[in-house]
Amino acid sequence: MSEATVDVTLDCTGQRCPLPVIKLAQAILSVPIGGVVRLLADDPAALADVPAWCRMRDQELLAVDRPDDGPATFDVRRR
Amino acid sequence: MSDTPAGGPEDAPRPRRTYLDAGSSEPLRPVARDTLVAALDEGWADPLRLHSEGRRARLLYDNAREVVAAELGCRADEVSFPPSGTIAVHTGLSGLLQRRRPRLIHSAVEHSSVLHTAEHYAASGGERVSVGVARDGRVEVDAFTDELGRADGGPAVVAVQAANLESGALHPVEEIAAACAEADTPWFVDAAAVVGRLAMPTGWSVAAASAHKWGGPAGVGVLAVRRGAGWRAATVADERLDPRSPGYENIPAILAAAAALQDMSTGAAERADRQRELTEQLRMRIAAIPDVDLIGPSEERLPHVVAGSFLYVDGEVLVTELDRLGFAAASGSACTASSLEPSHVLAAMGVLTHGNVRISLTVDTTAEDLDAFVAALTDVVAATRERLGPL
Repeated sequence: MSEATVDVTLDCTGQRCPLPVIKLAQAILSVPIGGVVRLLADDPAALADVPAWCRMRDQELLAVDRPDDGPATFDVRRR
Repeated sequence: MSDTPAGGPEDAPRPRRTYLDAGSSEPLRPVARDTLVAALDEGWADPLRLHSEGRRARLLYDNAREVVAAELGCRADEVSFPPSGTIAVHTGLSGLLQRRRPRLIHSAVEHSSVLHTAEHYAASGGERVSVGVARDGRVEVDAFTDELGRADGGPAVVAVQAANLESGALHPVEEIAAACAEADTPWFVDAAAVVGRLAMPTGWSVAAASAHKWGGPAGVGVLAVRRGAGWRAATVADERLDPRSPGYENIPAILAAAAALQDMSTGAAERADRQRELTEQLRMRIAAIPDVDLIGPSEERLPHVVAGSFLYVDGEVLVTELDRLGFAAASGSACTASSLEPSHVLAAMGVLTHGNVRISLTVDTTAEDLDAFVAALTDVVAATRERLGPL
């Protein structure tokens, strides 16, 4: 995973689209500019939708980790 | 006795329906219905028999084959009518994989019937290569040229659709055909999105299509295998009219499909121009809704398809609410599918997969239909987001 200091960790395992992205959008407002939100999600749609959200809302996707077992992890920095 | 219909006069009139899902199925053309009814009386007998009834059925079948072959730009005896577009793809593509066990190189946005054939081939030890697409959903010819030029590649088969019905993307088929010709490689084209609407590509070895996409009846697929394509039956054949599509021919439906195709092809260019204008407006108006990922190319696109994904909106809610308001539209979002997976097409493009809606115009869709649709869509999206608070 990225070396960034994580300000907020958001566990959205078990949640289906679009909930993880909604939670991420809410959480990003809770950190200062430059702050990092770490999102855990096991919904397959998140793999497409978190990067798409970052592109559409101009947020920085620092890293994506997709282990074979367990949820994917996304680190997003607020711009 | 009164003429009051069942349910009584107090029943509210049914809301007007606006069907915007021609990409899933174009409504049956009136001429196809008339032909089907007539052919049920004329074309029921066994076309292999030498009696008058059988010969009459055979004549109808041969006529249908001629019509479809002319549209596809091939010979009549190269055309088959399997019982669905999916079976046409399975039969057509797997028949190209029998000799020499070639590498199957396909785009990542092929119809699921192509991907299922590829998975089946890989499961039996065949090699498959999936080639990605650009953000706008178009295949990139260079990626195929590179794959075809691989020194260690050996024989190959390329599968690239003419156009994609989820993104609306028209693929660069002339370049794909040229690259395949250059590499002496068969090209399998799924042409379901373009037959009866746009010019059929040339240079293919095997093509597949489906009648219900052009206003024909369901249950009629089209498979065309060019002579010299290197195609060999992957499954059991028979000694009826067409060994590529075994079993008793559904001649009434086949004839109705041909009638619908002739009908759709008449004035297709003018209709495409009109639909392109309507969807250009529709794209602009959808793009004006906040936080939307407008999907597909702005220029090289199917005239009758528009798609977009709305941030924070649940695709199932979107489609259900639109339906309640009288609009039938499709969605590629995971929550509208039977699996957890979102549309492989949207995922391959790297666009937003949730909150997806795909609008596809029928022959009869008007500007007024789309005005009303955009108003409804705007309201549904806004109402859904309002419940979420500031984002």
